[in-house]
Amino acid sequence: MLRSVKLEGDTAIINAEYLDHKSMNRILKSMDSEGIRRVKIKNVYGIRYIGAGMKSNMDIEIYGTPGNDLGIFMDGLRITVHGNVQDGCGNTMNSGEIIVHGHGGDIVGYSMRGGAIYVRGDVGYRAGIHMKGYGDRNPVLVIGGEARDFLGEYMAGGIILILGLNMKKRMFNMRFVGSGMHGGVIYLRGRIDRLGEGVEAAEVNEEDMKIIGRLAEKFCRYFNYEMDEVMDQEFMKVIPLSHRPYGGLYTR
Amino acid sequence: MKRIKTYLQPEYVIERLKDRCNKCKICVRECTYNVHIYNPKRDEILSRDEYCVNCQRCVVFCPTKAIRVRKNPNTYRENYHWTEEVIRSIKQQAETGRILLTGMGCDKPHLTYWDRLLLNASQVTNPSIDPLREPIEIRTYLGKKSEHVNINYKDGGDISLETELAPQLRLETPILFAAMSFGAVNLNVHRALARAAAEYGTYFNTGEGGLHPSLYKYSDHIIIQVASGRFGVNAEYLNKGAAIEIKIGQGAKPGIGGHLPGEKVREEIAKLRMIPVGTDALSPAPHHDIYSIEDLKQLVHALKEATDYTKPVAVKIAAVHNSAAIASGIVRADADIIVLDGVRGSTGAAPKVIRDNVGIPIELALASVDKRLRDEGIRNEVSIIVSGGIRSSADVVKAIALGADAVYIGTAALVAMGCTLCQRCYTGRCPWGIATTDPEISKRIDPDVASARLKNLLQAWSMEIKEILGGMGMNAIESLRGNRLQLRAVGLNDAELKVLGVKAAGE
Ligand code: SF4
Ligand code: SF4
Repeated sequence: MLRSVKLEGDTAIINAEYLDHKSMNRILKSMDSEGIRRVKIKNVYGIRYIGAGMKSNMDIEIYGTPGNDLGIFMDGLRITVHGNVQDGCGNTMNSGEIIVHGHGGDIVGYSMRGGAIYVRGDVGYRAGIHMKGYGDRNPVLVIGGEARDFLGEYMAGGIILILGLNMKKRMFNMRFVGSGMHGGVIYLRGRIDRLGEGVEAAEVNEEDMKIIGRLAEKFCRYFNYEMDEVMDQEFMKVIPLSHRPYGGLYTR
Repeated sequence: MKRIKTYLQPEYVIERLKDRCNKCKICVRECTYNVHIYNPKRDEILSRDEYCVNCQRCVVFCPTKAIRVRKNPNTYRENYHWTEEVIRSIKQQAETGRILLTGMGCDKPHLTYWDRLLLNASQVTNPSIDPLREPIEIRTYLGKKSEHVNINYKDGGDISLETELAPQLRLETPILFAAMSFGAVNLNVHRALARAAAEYGTYFNTGEGGLHPSLYKYSDHIIIQVASGRFGVNAEYLNKGAAIEIKIGQGAKPGIGGHLPGEKVREEIAKLRMIPVGTDALSPAPHHDIYSIEDLKQLVHALKEATDYTKPVAVKIAAVHNSAAIASGIVRADADIIVLDGVRGSTGAAPKVIRDNVGIPIELALASVDKRLRDEGIRNEVSIIVSGGIRSSADVVKAIALGADAVYIGTAALVAMGCTLCQRCYTGRCPWGIATTDPEISKRIDPDVASARLKNLLQAWSMEIKEILGGMGMNAIESLRGNRLQLRAVGLNDAELKVLGVKAAGE
């Protein structure tokens, strides 16, 4: 285990080549308790659960492809991935930030409770499913590319912004967007004609544009885009029609 | 469309004995369904029968015992096939076009095997033991058991354990309180359950709505639940339990998810679950990160990672046709405990058609799961908790003889606190102050009194378990576990006997 770690200045470099998830997280946790704040993990080939449940403000940079459940239950980490992420990135995360320079797999941001995820490229199915929010806790998921079906399913809070920057047409191709959604908002740069049941597409207002602008700015900063490129199109939003999409289903 | 007039008659009628009623109006206050109303002009108390659910609250609290709640004598013509319940259901659906909702567990008559199983006792040989004078051990440990243990014998006679043991839950009695979420029940109920569990040395399960921070002090006696909606789940919560339970399914509604009606989602519940106030809290049937045993293993491991491998992880499934194969998968997914919830399992809200028709009796599921795991040589790698309609210490003993390590009780615990099984938990107006989050009605549960009632129940059942064990000549519950020879069946057919692995009485 120890052979896999070396220190460069105040940054710890971990070579993940011979590590499994158990030893990886053990190393991260012991570094955290030793007060190391910056970590680079190299040669990551599918290690799961990196940063699981860690309550820390550590800054982790990952080179390669972290496996499923990157940052699951994490609380405060800042993880930057130079590569793609697999399924369940940011699963049930409580706070912190995940910045992905590649694409994301399915259920990115499953049940997020706080913090932010920025993905430069596309994401898979059911991104942002069960995102939550309450009071001033408003998780954020920003997707530079496109998403597959069921974006924001069962969403109860939080904000999803999807930019579709690599789309040829201005029409998103995903289906069932916001099925079962009962809180939160999905902003789209472009149009969509196939929504889930119980949601509506609406015009964005000034307040919305402020939020979009703020998130887009961060996105541009993280991934080297110009604001003009991102803000050059009309935005719209998807919101739930009611707090109780299934309220009228039952009789007593 | 024209308004549809209802053809449904009240199910119950209220009789008020005029010579006893002193118009104290306690019934008016106690009924949360506004059945009793006082008319000051004429100084009389009237009843609106159609709202009555026969919860017996007014009956118990009427100081002069003036109230009788009777089944409405105006019933339909008797018909074995087209029962009253069937006719009512059809009419109700014809009038609304909706799914019938209900609460608690399946109430149909034909599914209880406990009553067909009888226990053994010692006679002459293997003499029985008197639990009043001799110790009988019912302490139970839940978690993976090592196949071998290596002991280090040191010079000077000291010994130490070399094998690293998997984390265990230690129960002073093989009974735990089943998952009931904050939201389905109120904080006073959680308080009572947590306190009784802590004081008696067992565990209370949070259910899927998270854990109120005021209960963190009971951490050592709490099993925290993670369901598909992931309500209230964060690293702090995961570490506030002695164990973690992944809820895949529940016996009251196998194959469908959780649904907490918006009426019950008040401020505090919404805050803990992080959803809007008044919205329906939805947990879909599948966890969308679990579509296979491999995926289940992934969540088991993620939870273990997040808690540094210090806590047992349980997986709860509803008892269904292929439970045995699934259970084997759960063991291979590295879970420490399997929870099997039978067709009688209860709920705060479920479609009636699902509750009454989906899933199998817990007795059969338990027997087949225990056998399968023994056949595969992996029974030691997991403990089994069963639940779903456990009503008495006899049911507990029979479950253990069939192969369970412990049982969860939900309904029995609620009954101990006052529940009368009116099956209307989904309305959020539980007259006994249990299945409600209304701050006023919730006051009807006093955590001090309710936890005392729960502790009494645990104590009574534990003493009875010892009596039964003593009668069998056993001084430890371990000797009974999976010991099906202590069971005999009456009135069961060959197929049932085979699945149960039990001989017919007299054999
Ligand atoms: S609902 Fe309960 S309290 Fe109300 S009248 Fe009926 S039995 Fe009495
Ligand atoms: S918990 Fe309350 S509402 Fe539910 S069955 Fe019991 S008494 Fe009725």
